[in-house]
Amino acid sequence: MSVIYLLLTISVVIAVFFFVVFILSVKGGQFDDTYTPSVRMLFDDELVKEKDQVQKTTSKNKDE
Amino acid sequence: MTEVSACFHCGDPCDADAIVFDEKNFCCNGCKIVFEIFSENDLSGYYDLQNFPGASPKELEGKYDFLDNSAIADKLLEFNDGGTQIITFYIPHIHCSSCIWVLENLNKLDRNIKASQVDFPKKTVRVTFNFEGISLKQLSLLLGKIGYAPYISLDDFQTEKIKKDRSIIYKLGIAGFAFGNVMFLSFPEYFEVNEFWLDQYKTTFRWLMFAFSLPVFFYSASGYFIAAIKGLRAKILNIDVPLALGILVLFVRSTVEIIFDIGSGFFDSLTGLVFFLLLGKYFQQKTYSFLSFERDYKSYFPIAVTRINKNGSEESLQVNEIKKGDRLLIRNDELIPVDSILLKGKARIDYSFVTGEIEPVEKESGEKIFAGGKQVSGSIEIDTLKPVSQSYLTQLWSNQVFDSDKENSFTSLTNTISKYFTISILSIAASATTYWLFVQPTLAMNVFTAILIIACPCALAMSAPFALGNMLRIFGKLKFYVKNDQAIERLAKADTLIFDKTGTITANKKSLVTYEGTTLNKGEKSLLKSTLRTSGHPLSRILYSHLNGSELVKLSNVEEVVGQGISAKFNEQQIKIGSATFVNAGNIQNNLQTAVHIRLNEDYKGSFLFKNEYREGLSELFKELAPEYQLAILSGDNNGEAASLKKILPLKTSLLFQQTPKEKLNYIRQLQQNGHRVVMVGDGLNDAGALKQSDVGIAISENVNVFSPACDAILDAGKFKELHNYIKVAKGAMTIIKISIAISFLYNVVGLYFAITGQLSPVVAAILMPLSSISVVLFTTFMTSLISRKLN
Repeated sequence: MSVIYLLLTISVVIAVFFFVVFILSVKGGQFDDTYTPSVRMLFDDELVKEKDQVQKTTSKNKDE
Repeated sequence: MTEVSACFHCGDPCDADAIVFDEKNFCCNGCKIVFEIFSENDLSGYYDLQNFPGASPKELEGKYDFLDNSAIADKLLEFNDGGTQIITFYIPHIHCSSCIWVLENLNKLDRNIKASQVDFPKKTVRVTFNFEGISLKQLSLLLGKIGYAPYISLDDFQTEKIKKDRSIIYKLGIAGFAFGNVMFLSFPEYFEVNEFWLDQYKTTFRWLMFAFSLPVFFYSASGYFIAAIKGLRAKILNIDVPLALGILVLFVRSTVEIIFDIGSGFFDSLTGLVFFLLLGKYFQQKTYSFLSFERDYKSYFPIAVTRINKNGSEESLQVNEIKKGDRLLIRNDELIPVDSILLKGKARIDYSFVTGEIEPVEKESGEKIFAGGKQVSGSIEIDTLKPVSQSYLTQLWSNQVFDSDKENSFTSLTNTISKYFTISILSIAASATTYWLFVQPTLAMNVFTAILIIACPCALAMSAPFALGNMLRIFGKLKFYVKNDQAIERLAKADTLIFDKTGTITANKKSLVTYEGTTLNKGEKSLLKSTLRTSGHPLSRILYSHLNGSELVKLSNVEEVVGQGISAKFNEQQIKIGSATFVNAGNIQNNLQTAVHIRLNEDYKGSFLFKNEYREGLSELFKELAPEYQLAILSGDNNGEAASLKKILPLKTSLLFQQTPKEKLNYIRQLQQNGHRVVMVGDGLNDAGALKQSDVGIAISENVNVFSPACDAILDAGKFKELHNYIKVAKGAMTIIKISIAISFLYNVVGLYFAITGQLSPVVAAILMPLSSISVVLFTTFMTSLISRKLN
């Protein structure tokens, strides 16, 4: 049963690690705005356009 | 029938001459240009997220010139180093997900913008850019061009950046972390089974619990100790005194127990108690980050104005450096920051933010102009009479009422009860201990500390924060934004209500329009409407929307004489619209009422009369309030409307006119000295003193994005008629708090039974305290939501 010393140490270390991460993220301002990230994550990712596609659209605008 | 389509960009109706571009309709050139900017820069996704997200860009000529001044720009920048600059702009138009999207893609519009991040609740955007590629002024102009003009006021320039106070989150995090871990560690000893392995390791477990509790006791709970000491020094027994006492006794007794191996201590109750208390505090801290309840004139004034020097050159001058005799150029839509005399130009000044009056005031050359109004027709030149701090308007802020804090003098219900609570607990503890000292001395210390632990008023301390915190949220959803929970308590106690007239009980937008004269036929009406469309005068716009159903025709020779009227020609017909002198109306009867006269060819047709329309439900609201409250109307206007007011309001309402801001303030102070609790309902800057003096100041706002003066609550104009219901619910919340305190006393009685008989074990404490806290939280939250269900 003395293995419990080892187990306690490991679990306390892990818990403290996550706690430190929490403190750092609060310091970094992550919890200042809790609303906007919920909207931001719904935006679609930008598709990287092919170079000729970009040129096509610009020349189309020029024609108008 | 003219087809009315909606502008693809901003959603406003496009009339006969809608601009068509790329197969879409736009109401004006401005909207079309923004659309073009977006499509050329790969930002057409803006329109995918929301319908009609845009705003028509306003005239920006000269608006951001003061940003070229490096001293001003330096003060506004958050970060300035080499090729990286960071600034945070407040942008009132941020209102939807499209706004977030386009503002975070600003780098597509200009390569010198590196990144931008929106804080939606605060309506700000933080832009990282390169000063060398794009100046602060150019950045602001760019934002303005796409309809997101930043709002920069004197307040941004003068207030020091407040350091963000995140300590409540840290404290809560530590308490929660410790609470969870200590609960696990304390489990083995709850069941008191005499196992060998338990005896072997219990010291380890106990000292681990001690270690976890240390940061909770010294850091998380520190706020309560400090508040308790402050209260005792001021000889007040506020709620923090018994709380601090309970926490202290918990810690000391638990430490003593584990050192002398008497027991396992109460660390689980300690950490749990602190955690729930902090949770209540956090819950109570609801803020509306896009509103501010602290605004004074500085939020409204610009940072700099244009001064015309002796040699005719123009320069940008900081508003606080304006001296008597300075000649200033005020452009269209700019604010007049000082009391002055009009030198050149036609002045039409909108004082709606100061007085609530939407009709612009006209001034001639040589007349005196007061600070605080916005010039709405072209540019004028003025000669400064007094510097900013001494003008008639800003002088109001030197009144002593702005130095005191009404919250310091108000004793909340919680603090009133805690006084009796502390005294009774201490006396029970004293008597019980004395009893046991004679009967069984070994139990005496045990009983004394147990009483102080279990009688901890955590449920008492949590009733108000959760009930009122929930009320704040509910009110916020109903567009009644209250500053803090103490304001709700003061609102429930009020017995007098005072209302301002212009802008508060009268509606700004709508105006009752009646026509006097020969009836106009269909053709004449459409000619009238088409002519009105060309004018930007507020009366023209009101009259234009009043004449719905008329067709529009193409006019020729349209001429507007600013401040006088409009004339136009259509197919040989000549129409003249405007003031009586402009249309040669002959005898002018009614001078007090605003009127727009019509002349068609040679005939005078008649006039449209504009009356201030009172807010919907005003009469009913006053009838509801009359039995319980003393009512009064304090107006800065003349008594022209006295008769009509007497008709719609209950007889006992006092009506006072021509009140200056100081007189309004003094009237309220007088009432308070006679023992009344006053609620002031106002809207303009000239009510600022009265709002501050009253027990609860409520500012009515037609558009909460536009600023209101410093107050305790902001009420959306559309919800004005619900005011009495809101006050009733606030009173209900106070009753709920009282009931919940009674419930918490029941728990205390049960706990005291265990404590006095010396049977208080850690497991009993660990059950009772969270149980009482959770039940109080559930009860108050559920009940306040219940009584608010009927509100809309």
